[in-house]
Amino acid sequence: MTDLVDALDTRGMVSSAVRAVSFFKLLRESWVGMIGTGIIGFWVVIALLAPLIAPFDPNTPLQPFAKPLTEYVNGDGIFWLGTDHLGRDILSRVIWGSRTVLFYAPLATASAYFVGILMGLAAGYYRGRVDEFLSFLANVILSFPVLVLYILVITTIGSSGINIVIAITFASAPGIMRIVRGLVLDLRNRDYVAAAQTRGESSWYIMLVEILPNARGPLIVDTCLRLGYVVITIGVLGFLGLGLPPPAPDWGGMINEARSIALAFPHMTVIPCIAISSLVLGFNLLADGLREISLRD
Amino acid sequence: MTASTETPLLEIEGLCISYFTRAGEIPAVIDFSLTLQGGESVGLVGESGCGKSTVAMAIMQYMGRNGAISAGSIRFKGRELSALGRNELRQLRGAEVAMIYQEPMAALNPSLTIGAQLTEVPIVHEGISRSAAKTRALEMLSSVRLPDPERLLAAYPHQISGGQQQRAVIAMALLGKPSLLLLDEPTTALDVTVEASIVKLIADISREFGTALLYISHNMGLILETCERVCVMYSGEAVEIGDIEDVFRHPSHPYTQGLFGCIPLPSCDKNARPLVPIRGQLPLPHERPQGCFFGPRCDSFREGLCDQDLIPMAASERTRHLVRCVRWRDLPSERRVGKARPKTPAQIGEEVLRAEGLQKYYPVHDRSLSALIRGQAVRYVKANEALSLRAQASETVAIVGESGCGKSTFAKVLMGLETATGGELVFAGDDISSRPVKKRSQKQLGSLQIVFQNPNDTLNPSHTVGAQIGRVIRKFGVERKPGKVRDRVYDLLDTVKLPRDFYKRRPRQLSGGQKQRIGIARAFAGNPKMVVADEPISALDVSVAAAVTELLMDIQQDHGTTLLFISHDLSVVHYLADRVVVMYLGRVMERGTTAEVFAPPYHPYTEALLSAVPIADPDIQKREIVLEGIVPSALNPPKGCCFATRCPRKIGPICDEEPPPFREAAPKHVISCHIPLGEDKRFPTPC
Repeated sequence: MTDLVDALDTRGMVSSAVRAVSFFKLLRESWVGMIGTGIIGFWVVIALLAPLIAPFDPNTPLQPFAKPLTEYVNGDGIFWLGTDHLGRDILSRVIWGSRTVLFYAPLATASAYFVGILMGLAAGYYRGRVDEFLSFLANVILSFPVLVLYILVITTIGSSGINIVIAITFASAPGIMRIVRGLVLDLRNRDYVAAAQTRGESSWYIMLVEILPNARGPLIVDTCLRLGYVVITIGVLGFLGLGLPPPAPDWGGMINEARSIALAFPHMTVIPCIAISSLVLGFNLLADGLREISLRD
Repeated sequence: MTASTETPLLEIEGLCISYFTRAGEIPAVIDFSLTLQGGESVGLVGESGCGKSTVAMAIMQYMGRNGAISAGSIRFKGRELSALGRNELRQLRGAEVAMIYQEPMAALNPSLTIGAQLTEVPIVHEGISRSAAKTRALEMLSSVRLPDPERLLAAYPHQISGGQQQRAVIAMALLGKPSLLLLDEPTTALDVTVEASIVKLIADISREFGTALLYISHNMGLILETCERVCVMYSGEAVEIGDIEDVFRHPSHPYTQGLFGCIPLPSCDKNARPLVPIRGQLPLPHERPQGCFFGPRCDSFREGLCDQDLIPMAASERTRHLVRCVRWRDLPSERRVGKARPKTPAQIGEEVLRAEGLQKYYPVHDRSLSALIRGQAVRYVKANEALSLRAQASETVAIVGESGCGKSTFAKVLMGLETATGGELVFAGDDISSRPVKKRSQKQLGSLQIVFQNPNDTLNPSHTVGAQIGRVIRKFGVERKPGKVRDRVYDLLDTVKLPRDFYKRRPRQLSGGQKQRIGIARAFAGNPKMVVADEPISALDVSVAAAVTELLMDIQQDHGTTLLFISHDLSVVHYLADRVVVMYLGRVMERGTTAEVFAPPYHPYTEALLSAVPIADPDIQKREIVLEGIVPSALNPPKGCCFATRCPRKIGPICDEEPPPFREAAPKHVISCHIPLGEDKRFPTPC
């Protein structure tokens, strides 16, 4: 393991900061990417400032069935986006709900990537039996309808934030593994890999230090797309009642609760829907922008 | 040749071509003039990035979205090409001017049969019927000497060999009966013996059909064999134009002279008359110097004279000979010759490597039922068969052969990336034939290192140069402390003649030659006993290749390292090797010292290889031996001598039935052939 620390150390913190800056300079040239970054940035700020900008407590019943722009009868303030059937302020719930999504979506994606990358590296690098086994495993999981898989996992281990992460990892890692495996199968034949082998490097050093950094381009684009997809998934899980246990504010859960009265009170479902779609759109636009930049060079 | 009073076939005058990119206008070709008469063949020579392909593209009026002719004119049969509309151009392309590219596989559509692609040409251009087109295609396939044209018409491109593909492409180009044929490195992707046959075909065809040729190549030898005139280009400019004889015997521009100094001719010798690389590197198009573009690399550069205005072409007293140099009259018109190496060659020491009967088979599994019934479920590709060779300390041993002869497989077995199927491979006293890298000690690994072929693949694009070389130094325990490691990396950068600030650079900031130098530095970082160089210069330009060759040999002599040089290029091998092993289809055909192998008695395959190599020296007369047929599959090699199917000197059925004996022509000079040594009346050495 000291080898790995060694290699990572040579890159240094300074250079990665410099690279982050130059990366955003590049991104500025793609307006699609900039819009995506803007939308994501908007939601990140909202989530960070939730306690300051939310006008009401998200879980306190105040005034049921209020339409948007209704004034609060028993106190100060306006329900900008109305209230739900229990009288909770929808704006505040959307604001606090962004925290849930923006915490669990990256966490679940990161966890899925961790597992998927390790599996993909091993399958693509060792090939043979290891590949056959891992690919078979991946195919079995991928052949399941995703929703059934989620319901199965969550009902088995119970619904909680961490279990959402586990379920998403379980369902997404095989797809990531396939991408990584494909990239590794190509990269493992490069001469610099042969050079590392002929100086006696360990397999995991070669996979993590020689191969993985060169696969980063397609993986970064895929991460953005997948983040958007995970946002939808979290919404779906909330809608199915498999998300965070109530009364925690959760966009998917909000849609579910208002489902039966959606025709009479459309604002209760439409507003969380817009929230979900905009965030997904943001991630997808960012992915498009990144792809545009990567194709340019 | 047509009389020069007629309208020339092609007239290019003061052509300037620019590409418009985000960084601004980049001039690719500057003030290029060339006149081509009907039936004439002109060569366009230069290193990559000199603009020679751009000229060809401009003649086709096909320069992509961001390229444009900014000045000058191109007239074809008196018509100005840039004035033609799209429909007129479409009539012109293919029917009047045809182009042949480097990669035949990329030129042919993989999802259409050869027949469909060939017949399309006359159908589109002449509007003849399908059956008439088919007859024409058949005729044309036989005139490019393709056997069994009927079968080929129905074949898809991937079903035929690279040489056959290129012949099909040539046939396709000729079907439109063009009066001008543009050839852009048509043989660069092919093996030497195939190249020789294609070159001969091209020369025959231009004579037969009276087609004019514009032959683009980086290889001076090929130009000598195919063309009547030559135009040398450098950094977007033509620097010298003239008849082959004049340019090859009396090169007047310093760049042309320098190019000849970089080519390993048979008259060169690594100790007495080494190559003279051109220093520096090609300027980037937007960083061209004031005045003469070659100035900064030129030994005859004069300040105040060469760095002023753009230099025009000047006519010499020789007919049709133009030079773009202000000082050429003051300079001798001759090739550059190297000065003898000051160091005495290192003494050849004890044996370092010995291979004895080495075999490497790759199993091929066929799971079809018919294979199971015939008992051929597993067959073997015999990549190496009964391979024997020796290498001593400080010696350079070359393995030569065409693609698929098993030379790279041998390198892989030697490096431990593959393990041998049988035989012995003794390195520094240990048998390593069946010991993969994982089981080799750090000392064994460090003493056997490799330089790879492809400069773009040899360095990891994600890490800095310093980190990559430093890693090797630490791994092999040469130095451990960070400061010492850094000093050692600096030393190595000095050794490979690169500036020290390359330490922090990433591979994408380096040129091909620089990457290859770093690759060499990395191989020598662990003080190896032996370095395997797998085609280290074949992807590089002539002048860069010469510099890397010289560097490799300097370092080898300083370190007393054994060099195993794997190459398909006999000229380079002749230049730098002490001993040579010639391989064909996994077997050794001939081995001996360089002098022995390059002189009679030859193995017939060596002889064919030697005659196939283009040599850029008009004084050397070569006999033409064109090998027919294709290399047999290594899955199913011929039963007797594996070269028998293509051998021009086959003596009888014995060649097909019995494996040939190893005959000793001299001590340690072994030829594997049925022809008895005393009997052979082979022609005197071409090299």
